[in-house]
Amino acid sequence: MAEEVVLLDFWPSPFGMRVRVALAEKGIKYEYKEEDLRNKSALLLQMNPVHKKIPVLIHNGKPVCESLVQVQYIDEVWHHTSPLLPSHSYQRAIARFWADFVDKKIYGELGRKIWTSKGEEQETAKKEFIESLKLLEGELGDKPYFGGENLGYVDVVLVPFYSWFYAYEKCGNFSIEAECPKLIAWAKRCLEKESVSKSLPDQEKVYHFVLQLKKLLGIE
Amino acid sequence: MADEVKLFGMWASPYSIRVELALKLKGIPYEYMEEDLSNKSSLLLKYNPVHKKIPVLVHNEKPIAESLVILEYIDETWRNNPVLPQDPYDRAMARFWAKFIDEKLLVTTRKVSFTAGKEQEQAIEEITEQLKQLENELQGKEFFSGHSIGYLDIVANVLVSWFGNVQEALGVDMFTEEKFPILFDWIGKVVKIDIVNECRIPKEKHLDYIRSRLEALKSASK
Repeated sequence: MAEEVVLLDFWPSPFGMRVRVALAEKGIKYEYKEEDLRNKSALLLQMNPVHKKIPVLIHNGKPVCESLVQVQYIDEVWHHTSPLLPSHSYQRAIARFWADFVDKKIYGELGRKIWTSKGEEQETAKKEFIESLKLLEGELGDKPYFGGENLGYVDVVLVPFYSWFYAYEKCGNFSIEAECPKLIAWAKRCLEKESVSKSLPDQEKVYHFVLQLKKLLGIE
Repeated sequence: MADEVKLFGMWASPYSIRVELALKLKGIPYEYMEEDLSNKSSLLLKYNPVHKKIPVLVHNEKPIAESLVILEYIDETWRNNPVLPQDPYDRAMARFWAKFIDEKLLVTTRKVSFTAGKEQEQAIEEITEQLKQLENELQGKEFFSGHSIGYLDIVANVLVSWFGNVQEALGVDMFTEEKFPILFDWIGKVVKIDIVNECRIPKEKHLDYIRSRLEALKSASK
């Protein structure tokens, strides 16, 4: 039976980008379906009744939800090509730890606060955000990628946020590159790979999306 | 070299207890270090400098933090009595529901704990919906993992004593046998399992602990 892979997604979603990168790394052909989040499709609601969110990966009719779960699923099903998680169990635990860290500290409240808040709240968010990025820089060390010589799980999990950095910088009036040059160098290195460059939208496009979102949400 | 396994935990933490369950299920001998969360040990801070939290598993001097990460590590390192399913799709489902418990159920529980009046009512409605969704996963199954307990039962163990105690300490009525007969039936089955029973949180001690923590947090926010 031919494999049928469908991805329900929304172009600026960093979570969706993770899945796009993982599928591209493995050379998996799939059908991309853009969702209008203000008018969610019946398919989305049927495939993710619990959260009603994108991305949703549908493999031979069966849905998998939650981006970290999806990336691990892709890695396990298509394990013969471009492995994302390391083979040694301790290294895998470290990779999972940092993926969890990215979700809690980079996206979580911090990233969102940078473009939705002002004044002291925003300053605190910026400071904690940079601290978190610096911790990630420490984990990267001298390696070209978090996965070592090649893109790995943490690279796939983190790199989508790079497409949002310009928006954060403009909204927060700060320079991420000035504080975390190594991380920006890493992100640019990732973008040299087609699997990443084809999966991430242009930073300016994301910034304009954020501006529109702010208007919609009534944020100055 | 003999394996050296240490667990830095806390007696009332459902995250810590789930790691103990996995270790016991696999018959892995370990040294348990009880942490006083108001006065964290230098060892804990050394082993988990990023979050400074329990549980932390230290295996031959190598630390692993975050309970779900620890569970997967244990399962991959000690292959007997597998805790996660073999099939990638089943594994994805187990991971999805474990995240649901941690990121939805337990987050909403905090909302219930720290709000009152209308806000608390709304949070209780949310939790009821979430518990129903979780209960659905048990349909037609003896345990979340099938015929014997596994990963998701270990994560859902938070419902066995912790959740009920929190409810009682708060004086709210959100998790009852009438509302959730299938979940309560599952609880009845799991508590008959020795290792689960061994890991039950002593009730009175727990109620006192929850009440004093709530008091401390309320006065801190005044």
